[in-house]
Amino acid sequence: MTAAPEMINADVREMTYAEAVRETLADLMDTDERVLLMGGVIGVYGGAFGVTTGLLERFGRERVRDTPISETAIVGAGVGAALCGQRPVVELQFSDFVTCAMDQIVNQAAKIHFMLGGAAQVPLVIRAPAGSGTGAAAQHSQSLEAWFAHVPGIKVVMPATPADAMGLLRAAVADPNPVLVLEHKLLYKERGAVPSGHHVPLGKAAVRRRGGDLTIVATSVMVGRSLAAADELAAEGIEVTVVDPRTITPLDEATILAEVAATGKALLVQEGVRTGGFVAEIAARIAETDTFHALKAPVVRLCGLDVPMPYAPELEKAAVPQVPDIVAAARQLQKGA
Amino acid sequence: MRDLAKEPEAARQALRTMWTARRFEEAVDQLFARGLMHGTMHLSIGQEASAVGTCLALRPDDLITSTHRGHSHCVAKGADLTRMMAELLAKDTGYCRGRGGSMHIADVATGNLGANGIVGGGIPIAVGAALAQQLSGSGRVVIAFFGDGAANEGAFHEAANLAAVWELPVVFVCENNHYGMSMSADEAFAIENISSRAAAYGFPGITVDGNDLQEVYEAVSAAVDRARAGDGPTLVENVTYRWKGHSKSDKNLYRTREEIAEWQGRDPIARFEHAVRGAGSLDDVEIEAARKEATHDIREAIRTANAAPPALAGRDVLLGAVYAEASA
Repeated sequence: MTAAPEMINADVREMTYAEAVRETLADLMDTDERVLLMGGVIGVYGGAFGVTTGLLERFGRERVRDTPISETAIVGAGVGAALCGQRPVVELQFSDFVTCAMDQIVNQAAKIHFMLGGAAQVPLVIRAPAGSGTGAAAQHSQSLEAWFAHVPGIKVVMPATPADAMGLLRAAVADPNPVLVLEHKLLYKERGAVPSGHHVPLGKAAVRRRGGDLTIVATSVMVGRSLAAADELAAEGIEVTVVDPRTITPLDEATILAEVAATGKALLVQEGVRTGGFVAEIAARIAETDTFHALKAPVVRLCGLDVPMPYAPELEKAAVPQVPDIVAAARQLQKGA
Repeated sequence: MRDLAKEPEAARQALRTMWTARRFEEAVDQLFARGLMHGTMHLSIGQEASAVGTCLALRPDDLITSTHRGHSHCVAKGADLTRMMAELLAKDTGYCRGRGGSMHIADVATGNLGANGIVGGGIPIAVGAALAQQLSGSGRVVIAFFGDGAANEGAFHEAANLAAVWELPVVFVCENNHYGMSMSADEAFAIENISSRAAAYGFPGITVDGNDLQEVYEAVSAAVDRARAGDGPTLVENVTYRWKGHSKSDKNLYRTREEIAEWQGRDPIARFEHAVRGAGSLDDVEIEAARKEATHDIREAIRTANAAPPALAGRDVLLGAVYAEASA
């Protein structure tokens, strides 16, 4: 993977995605007393995926707040605390549980700044483990980012690397708006180079690899799979560009469209189900701009099947794009030109 | 405990605030009927003692979250009438610059964190605001206003429990006006008093005559003292009645004229005027003056708001208003 420009010349260390999140939270709490954490089991238990392990011991119960299982109250308390000048970071155990807090996220957090004529701000961060791959089945494996892209007023962040897990979270906490950070649970143990104090601005895509034949736009866990596919494709002589939007709201439309126009072929890859998924929005933006004229072939989407996530390992794999699926789709797109 | 009716200055202020709330709502009701006001609104005429008695128990820097039926809360917390009126008249000078309307007025400067279009939506936010006060040691208390309808929302139960376990400085003020739209509280609850729900979360609950300013003031004052002392939340149920329909689409098919008339006979403002007369703190001229001043203030607010420029409609203005800009 090519290093993003902001990583060059920094003090770089190797760590996992989960460690990057934890270190960022600790860093932010060290430097800003307004930052506090709330969530079910984030204390002694360390969160459902162990991301906050050790933070309770370090920062105490006041600022690392284990909560009852009350998603509406937890997110709502985050909204209220944010309105009053705190910088709450709320953890939902699984991103699927946004459904239990939907009013506070969609009707309250996202709308308050606009609805009040700019008189108030809601600097709230909601972290939520998303995606499949752990055998947790239909209520613990969804990729629901498109729902929130459809709600003006909330920003949506999908870190695909340990460095971005740190850099985007830092930007999210600094942002005066509500930000939903969708961490992929399969990525928590992924290792990568992370510059210390890393900061990645929201709304700036990363071009992870450049090739002249076709452009893959992929989100979250699909970034790594697309890069693995790109290696295989390169061995066959197909050179692929891989663009990672990193944040879907705000969206770096300019970079995505420029990279699609450069090759004239777009393969859009997401884990979320196909219908109404976020890459449909990217396809629409390609279609409604001059990028359309640069196309040499129809846009191809490779998405999760339109099914609830199944349990059995083989079924779960079959429900979302895997590396061979991306390779096959890219090959087909290249051949069809 | 102070007796508001016996103190001339407090009585004058309470009367004027209740009349201001009432005149404001009568005015917007008429403007709407004449086609001069847009959208919809939810009037709290008949409930003024709940809003005003509660806010009289607060310090100016205490906070409230309000409801869709929130004009009285706004007025009672000290909002600017012209900016309120301008908002309802869809003007750029309104509290929300014409982007929120009746259901979304907030006035951060006077501690009003906002009305809310979602039943129960403000309750968890009040709990979060109270958490911020506890963390910063500000000594401020937060009032969460909500109605009988909201007491059956999950948000109320989750928020009440969280406030209890964290002993937050919040007072839950349930304005039981007997109906959630057309749903009678008699049918929506299998309990006598909504305040009894506080026991389930481990804090005190009290039901008072919400049309009696002094009763509301005393109950909320005690709850606020408790919250400020760090002893946690209280649920105060103000039993009251809305004279007008739920909103502008209401045809009052679910209640009788007799019932409405009966409650109009328990007018909270008339009752407080009676108490003031009995206490001898203000004479009839002074009582009349409070009413006239309120009427005058609302007329002025309408005049000034009407002259203001309309809400800015440009596409770029709208798109630019969605996200807050980071301060440098």
